[in-house]
Amino acid sequence: MPLHEDKLKSLEKKANEIRQTLIEMLTEAGSGHTAGPLGMADIFTAFYFHILNHDPEKPDWEERDRLILSNGHITPIRYAAMAHAGYFPLAEAKTLRKFGSRLQGHPEREKLPAVETTSGPLGSGLSQAAGIAYGARMDDKKFRVYCLLSDAEHQAGNLWEGAMFAGVNKLANLTAVIDRNNIQINGMTEDVMPLEPLRAKYEAFNWHVLEVDGHNIEAFSDAVDEAKAIYEKPTVIIAHTIPGKGVDFIEFDYRWHGDPLGKKDVPGDPPKEKQAQEALTQLRTLGKKIEASDS
Amino acid sequence: MINKDAQLVDSVFDLAAILQGATRDGFGKGVVEAGEKDERVVLLCADLAESTRSHWFKEKFPKRYIEIGVAEQNLATVASGLASYGKIPFITSYAAFSPGRNNEQIRTTISLNNVPVKIMGMHAGVSVGPDGATHQQLEDMALMRVQPNMTVLSPCDVEEARKATVAVAFTGKPAYIRFAREKTPIFTTPGTPFEIGRAYEVWHSKSPQAAIIATGALVHNALLAAHTLDEAGIGTIVLNNHTIKPMDSEAVVRVAKACGSVVTVEEHQIAGGMGSAVAEVLVQANPVPMEFVGMHDEFGQSGEPLELITHYRMDAPAIVEAVNRVLKRK
Repeated sequence: MPLHEDKLKSLEKKANEIRQTLIEMLTEAGSGHTAGPLGMADIFTAFYFHILNHDPEKPDWEERDRLILSNGHITPIRYAAMAHAGYFPLAEAKTLRKFGSRLQGHPEREKLPAVETTSGPLGSGLSQAAGIAYGARMDDKKFRVYCLLSDAEHQAGNLWEGAMFAGVNKLANLTAVIDRNNIQINGMTEDVMPLEPLRAKYEAFNWHVLEVDGHNIEAFSDAVDEAKAIYEKPTVIIAHTIPGKGVDFIEFDYRWHGDPLGKKDVPGDPPKEKQAQEALTQLRTLGKKIEASDS
Repeated sequence: MINKDAQLVDSVFDLAAILQGATRDGFGKGVVEAGEKDERVVLLCADLAESTRSHWFKEKFPKRYIEIGVAEQNLATVASGLASYGKIPFITSYAAFSPGRNNEQIRTTISLNNVPVKIMGMHAGVSVGPDGATHQQLEDMALMRVQPNMTVLSPCDVEEARKATVAVAFTGKPAYIRFAREKTPIFTTPGTPFEIGRAYEVWHSKSPQAAIIATGALVHNALLAAHTLDEAGIGTIVLNNHTIKPMDSEAVVRVAKACGSVVTVEEHQIAGGMGSAVAEVLVQANPVPMEFVGMHDEFGQSGEPLELITHYRMDAPAIVEAVNRVLKRK
């Protein structure tokens, strides 16, 4: 559905709050990924506060839209968005990666309601999403299936097996979203193992392909709407994102892919605790454009 | 003596008269039966419809048959999605490829995810024959039994394979069943008791000295060996241990106590297989001398099925020898 200006503003504000929660969670956990989750804050906000047909009070509601996270390592941003959406108390978000927590380092379906699939090992989520979409179509279900993918996991064969299956079966109830941030652990994707031309590859597999700025919530929402209007094909939205978006010293730096804002300092870098404080300040002041009220 | 409660066929030892069939046929019949009972049952096939007997389900329920192509990782992961949505997916391929190739996908998206995907591994064992070592899966029970949440079955003939297939459909849990390509004696009947996790005796001599715990089609070889040993004055119990996990510890301990020695028999690597699982039980509860009949840390090769079973010492004479060895260690 189209976004009115005031709704859009409230979503952008919400995305900022979710980023702050994320930084607090990662700081508390002292381990986990930073850049990817920050880069996907806007898209998760769009899903949980605008796109998804869901009910946090009834996480197993049969008609809910399914949101599958294939690249499980960015789950902290999903947890943060879920907490803000009301799936569990905000205070619980800080139990991330701790013993006994429902918020496992990589998400587990059996641990936390509304986590649709257990994920972490890359390349398997698109096939699982396709399986759900296939089953739903057999039963004439109207809900939609969304699958969030990293870009680098397109180096895995299983993913393309899933893309082929969804294409040949014309799973129009499936929309994939690629977090195209161009970084992976060993460097830039096009240096490590090139993915381009990504658009042409998906088109060759019988997908409808859209490309958007992954930080433009309005454009992203429009792309999701367009996907709903495409029949006979699944749609993939290549969302160009900035890794670490919102915190200037993390943005674009692949070293933050798997690096946490935690307690362990890296020689030559500012102490982690200071970095975390600086990140929160930047988010609370919108990049020091405004004054923060509480820091 | 044959255990009458097992309700085996009369012709157990009449090799000319006993009917033969491949356990994969039991799967083909069983999955159709499960499909008739519950419309949530769907079947996924990886380009091996006829040889896995999936085509029988396809003919009966074309809309619930899903073609995956030569992509076993996708086979497991699409099924994971179908199961998490609410279907009961059976996935079929050769055991060498599934659970051979797609082991991580099974671990993460089926076992840890804890969704009721039923993994049907065909052509297990050296009895695949001429295809050679690449297609002779001898490590599947080891791969599957170490995964939490997974049930692992190894039926002894067509009839038991049918029962096992129907039974796993309704457990609500992940399951693996191994089947064979080659025809083997059909010695159980519809009246033979079958329950997941419940081993049963097919042979019980008056004064048993060794327990032969066998699984899969080799249970028949174990019966032939028991018959031969009985004629030589050596009593045995033969236990059909069709459930590798959860293993029937009570039955395993009972026969070990009754006999004081154990020989395990399986068409699988000794390391990590059914015999290893039996040893894990006995070493804690009731240690006795053991011998293992199976593949001893080597791959198979091309050849005729019976020729290979004999070459790799899994035939009835090899089981007799193993019993004689274990008796000397008592």
